[in-house]
Amino acid sequence: MTAPLQRPELVCPAGTPAALRAAVEAGADAVYCGLQNATNARNFPGLNFTPTELRAGLEHAHRHGAKLLLAVNTFPPAGSFGLWQEAIDLAADIGVDAAIVADMGVAAYAAQRHPGLRLHLSVQAGASSPEAIRFYCAGLNVRRVVLPRILTIAEIRRLTEGVDCEIEAFVFGNIGMMAEGRCSLTNYATGISTNMDGVCSPAAAVQFEKAEDGGMVSRLGEFAIDCFGGEESAGYPTICKGRYTNRDNPEPYYAFEEPRSLNLSALLPDLIAAGVTALKIEGRQRSRAYVSEVVAAYRAAVDSIMAGGKPDLAGLIGLTEGHKQTTGAYETKRWR
Amino acid sequence: MIELTIGPNFFHWPDAQKRDFDLGLAADPHIGTVYLGEVVCSKRIPFFDVTSVRTALERAGKKVVLSTLSEVTVAADRRAVRDACGVPDCEIEVNDAAAFESLAGRPFRIGQLLNCYNEEVLRFLAGRGATHVCLPSEMPLAAVEVMARTAESLGVTTEVQVFGRASLALSARCYHARAHGRVKDNCQFVCERDPDGLDLRTVDGDDFLAINGIQTLSWRYLNLSREVGRLRDVGVTHLRLSPHSFDMAGIAGVFAGLCSGRLAADVADEQLAALAPSAVFANGFAHRQPGYLRV
Repeated sequence: MTAPLQRPELVCPAGTPAALRAAVEAGADAVYCGLQNATNARNFPGLNFTPTELRAGLEHAHRHGAKLLLAVNTFPPAGSFGLWQEAIDLAADIGVDAAIVADMGVAAYAAQRHPGLRLHLSVQAGASSPEAIRFYCAGLNVRRVVLPRILTIAEIRRLTEGVDCEIEAFVFGNIGMMAEGRCSLTNYATGISTNMDGVCSPAAAVQFEKAEDGGMVSRLGEFAIDCFGGEESAGYPTICKGRYTNRDNPEPYYAFEEPRSLNLSALLPDLIAAGVTALKIEGRQRSRAYVSEVVAAYRAAVDSIMAGGKPDLAGLIGLTEGHKQTTGAYETKRWR
Repeated sequence: MIELTIGPNFFHWPDAQKRDFDLGLAADPHIGTVYLGEVVCSKRIPFFDVTSVRTALERAGKKVVLSTLSEVTVAADRRAVRDACGVPDCEIEVNDAAAFESLAGRPFRIGQLLNCYNEEVLRFLAGRGATHVCLPSEMPLAAVEVMARTAESLGVTTEVQVFGRASLALSARCYHARAHGRVKDNCQFVCERDPDGLDLRTVDGDDFLAINGIQTLSWRYLNLSREVGRLRDVGVTHLRLSPHSFDMAGIAGVFAGLCSGRLAADVADEQLAALAPSAVFANGFAHRQPGYLRV
């Protein structure tokens, strides 16, 4: 070990005002949330904030020493830019600590109209190389980049050396297999676009059916995404976590990835040493209790690492998808 | 007059097949622009020499554009993008933001795999040298119309893919390698076995997707024969045919007929069905419907 570790910011999901308070109470350094429309990538019914709730949330966060970040991280289709413009204007007006953006047009609007508004580049922009990151920082005034979940820690270390912005990385939660911001699978099956509408696998298009053999079939739109035997618990149908067959695999297999969650607890010291300055927990769609538990566990882990200890996050396995976890791409190139 | 193009070949065809196909385009009277270059996987690049094909096509009067990689992560990807952007006297089509730094002010085209969904992105990139945009294939016609109008006012030309499997997703993981119990680093180029991608079926036996290395494509083929008239009317200047192992010259002939008004869409569809017998057509994205539908 050479340089002392820089204390990373713990960035936590707030799908609702209740989750926001829970995250702040559990020790979040920053919370991120979205508005109740297509301007953010978790545009689910019953989630997100009205402008009034956002103002109150910001006050609450600031009172407790936490930052509030607003995700405006989808891609406005031509002709609808006004909605995203309003979201950015609101972010500047309310005085959020940063807006998390993905679309170059949204970023350009924010940089030009509200030069004082701090911009973070969303994972949805898929900036996975120093060249791309430098482009967004130099051309669009981006101050922090959230990395796609596709790099090894060794690659992240080399990358942080080649850029001079803050780097944020996901450490826990859902792990999508496709490059974020570059996936139209949901739109192909349902007519709802993840990029333009902010929804992956919309609940309205999900169905579970009893199969003839007593098992269960999960569907997204017309397409069967997976089938489950009597003892298996039926998972939510996400296309990149389904089972399919092909010429070389006549038995259904996970063609993209198995349903499991990212948990980097064991690699946290390496990630911090690699120059990651903010650690992100996924899960704006999760319950307040979930947020509370995960944030508290990561708060304790980060504090323990900074104090020279070893984090103990064994308890988090119960909160992972299907109780299965992975270090995803972070540990080895063999994930690819 | 609307121009037909051949988009970058997404698939890893054997060297000779790829070369024959590209050289054959030199004599195709319907094709104005040909996009060369590897957009899916940097591991495939050493296999194919673009330069000689480019020369032959340019001699035949074709416009040649070099497309860059769409997913740029490791050193080899980054080198490939830098190399492509350094090729002199050739237009570059950008498919990932990693390319901008190497372009250093040189004019460029916006590829269909770079997210350019709205007027503001187009304005921003036109200000940095974009001369042409190929729109994402999930973009509905109403948005295409706004984009074409904006592009025209900026002096930018507009392209839409009208034939071929739609690229639906990119990843860092190679799904071809995974299908064979391998990982990307020891893939042994199994993607070469599938000239149009490896078909994925649901547990019900329905055809759904196709995988091609790190790329996931629609199982159905985009066919915008019914929309060609509207695309032309709203100011789209170029129509893209994405290469497949079918008779692409025949397919280009059909779209040329649609562009000139010589062929009606239903007649064109009959001819396309004969030229691409295993292809099931879709146009749902254009109509804000599930992408796999034909409406």
